[in-house]
Amino acid sequence: MALKGIDIFKLTPKTNCKDCGQPTCMAFAMKVAQGTVQIEKCPHMSAEALDALGEATAPPMKSFRIGARDEEYALGGETVLFRHDKTFVSKPLFAISTAPDAADTTIAHACKIDYERIGERMCVELIYLEYSGDKAAFAEAAKKVSAAGRTLVLATTDADAAKEALAATSDGKPLLNGANPSNHETFAALALEYGVALGVTADNLDALYDTVREVEKAGVKDIVLDVGAISVKDAFANAVQIRRAALKSGDHSFGYPSIVNVSALAPGDARMQTALASVFILKYGSIIVMDGMSYAQALPLYGLRQNIFTDPQKPMTVEVGIYPINGADENSLCALTVDFALTYFIVSGEIERAGVPVNLLIPDAGGYSVLTAWAAGKLSAGSIAKFIKEEDIESKIKNRNLLIPGKVAVLKGELEESLPGWKIVVAPNEAVSLVKFLKEFKAA
Amino acid sequence: MTFKREPQVFGASITEVEFGTEGASVVFGGANTLPLYNFDAQAKHRALVGIEISDKGPDRSLPELSAFYSGAESLSDIASRACTAPGADFVSLVLESADPNGDNATSEDAAALAKEVAVALAAGGKPVVIQGTGNVDKDQELIPKVAEALQGMNVLLLSAKEENYKGIAVAAVTAYGQKIGAESSVDINLAKQLNVLIAQMGIKPGSYVMNLGAAAAGYGFEYISSTIERVKLAALSQNDDALQMPSITSVAEDAWAVKEAVVSEDDFPEWGPREERGIEMEISTAAAALAAGTDAVILRHPASVKTIADMVAALA
Repeated sequence: MALKGIDIFKLTPKTNCKDCGQPTCMAFAMKVAQGTVQIEKCPHMSAEALDALGEATAPPMKSFRIGARDEEYALGGETVLFRHDKTFVSKPLFAISTAPDAADTTIAHACKIDYERIGERMCVELIYLEYSGDKAAFAEAAKKVSAAGRTLVLATTDADAAKEALAATSDGKPLLNGANPSNHETFAALALEYGVALGVTADNLDALYDTVREVEKAGVKDIVLDVGAISVKDAFANAVQIRRAALKSGDHSFGYPSIVNVSALAPGDARMQTALASVFILKYGSIIVMDGMSYAQALPLYGLRQNIFTDPQKPMTVEVGIYPINGADENSLCALTVDFALTYFIVSGEIERAGVPVNLLIPDAGGYSVLTAWAAGKLSAGSIAKFIKEEDIESKIKNRNLLIPGKVAVLKGELEESLPGWKIVVAPNEAVSLVKFLKEFKAA
Repeated sequence: MTFKREPQVFGASITEVEFGTEGASVVFGGANTLPLYNFDAQAKHRALVGIEISDKGPDRSLPELSAFYSGAESLSDIASRACTAPGADFVSLVLESADPNGDNATSEDAAALAKEVAVALAAGGKPVVIQGTGNVDKDQELIPKVAEALQGMNVLLLSAKEENYKGIAVAAVTAYGQKIGAESSVDINLAKQLNVLIAQMGIKPGSYVMNLGAAAAGYGFEYISSTIERVKLAALSQNDDALQMPSITSVAEDAWAVKEAVVSEDDFPEWGPREERGIEMEISTAAAALAAGTDAVILRHPASVKTIADMVAALA
């Protein structure tokens, strides 16, 4: 499947014209082989050469965007089946399904979930609008969703309804989910006419495969594969087999993102929808459609998504700064830990449980855990003193008690020297002991 | 042109481990495909779902949980009630009272409680898992005592760690014929090392399972899922027999300890009732652990148990 640089080089004009931005045709060919440059960058390739190369150099899974402006989201582009092999790249998007006449309520419900967690906005990105027989109402509801700043999925198998809604909303780049083995010609034409991505579904993987190939032949490039709602077992089997065919067997016709309608798989059962959504976050759902999204569901689901879609080579970090907990003010004591997100969450959670007001100080420690940061020289008396100065903590906080992690008790003496006026207190080794420690510390 | 299916069935398989007594036993492991991939080949056994109880009783400040256990005051009544939770394959007792950082009950007292519960569970037809305190010194003393008290009941005892596996393995498995869990902290190499050490004690495959660590969704869960996935892939695709034990993941403790499941509705009104947050946190974490490939999960709330058991059934 994968072509070597030298095979690609043979097909280039070999003129070293630099029009592609690379110094030589050979350099260009090498970059294409690595997948870092697209073959289309060379304006002089013959059509035959492009055809020969197109299939072989295409990434195993197509990547594209739906939505527009601030609500534009990437789908696809995955290269591995397991995140530990490299990383997952396009986090699954959440949608809430609605009938047109309930659009106002659904939009209001969806917009209630909107918060930040470790630098990432957590919200219901999409509204899955289901056609219910009234074309005008469908188009009207579609307009409302667009106006509300949520990206639209138009779910209909009725070409006229789709056309009317697309005419009103296509500049927001919605996803048209409705092509199937019997209507794919008209739906492919609609997707091309309005420049939107097309969702394809069928009763089984064979029919889906054939329909995708037809839609590809018609010229549609951005395709989403609907894993169907025959049963939970069937949907999961489809999601896995589709992704495996694309990434492991290199089958380009299944090299597209997926859409999973959890709302249709477990109608009215919010807890089961949470369970299924969690499974599909790990196993290959690109768009996950739910009945609704309460905070009770959003908190674990978005947290899970954030975990699974972090780059294993780059630890999640929290921003450097002062985090007042339990209503801490300038008179509350200070505690310091590292910027590794997991450590921050555990420590802040324990402080919250203790109920004692604490200013949690987070310096730049390279995203490592306490001991690793210390061993790597990222958490030292010098770096802590520098952080206290740069963040101007002495003028922001009057309390001069500073708790440091027990694992770096060794820093105490040096810190007392570099931070005159501060009382350096060694906290426990493990965060679990913080509750008891803080309660007693307060009493002292 | 039809889609070319390429089922992924491995030459190796996960070892079967059975615990419980005749008429009230369960088996897990046995698969030669990735977990839940029944479309590749039908798995012999479903993933197991356990319900956790503590020897200190349920959290009665949670209305739904309190209603489930209403009228059950003694520990054996609580255990019998847990047996009735729809979807529960086994009951897991946490000997919380023996924790040296808490009540620090003696190992003898804790073992007596375990016995009381095990008798109630045998009557209720459910196999027994016993979870220690997590404190390596205490568990080293406690788990052999429990193993002795529950002789002949074929229970699964969690957990033996690198620091205390020797005494636990010999007493629990060799002397009293129980099953044990080998607990390592979220690292495939540590897991393998401990399994090898336990095997060197003469403990046979089929007598122990792996406990690869746990975290709640959003709290470093990627380390858990990647460890489970890597262990399963090594066991199946590389036929690594030091990693072919089934794995059990205790979701309850972590899920109910994170902020989302702890803070009150008064403090975070938009988040809604605390109980539902805890349930959803357990459900999401357990579903993800199963998708990554664990063979059994332990949950605290009967509502979470039911949902996860229903999900496992739907995927089977």
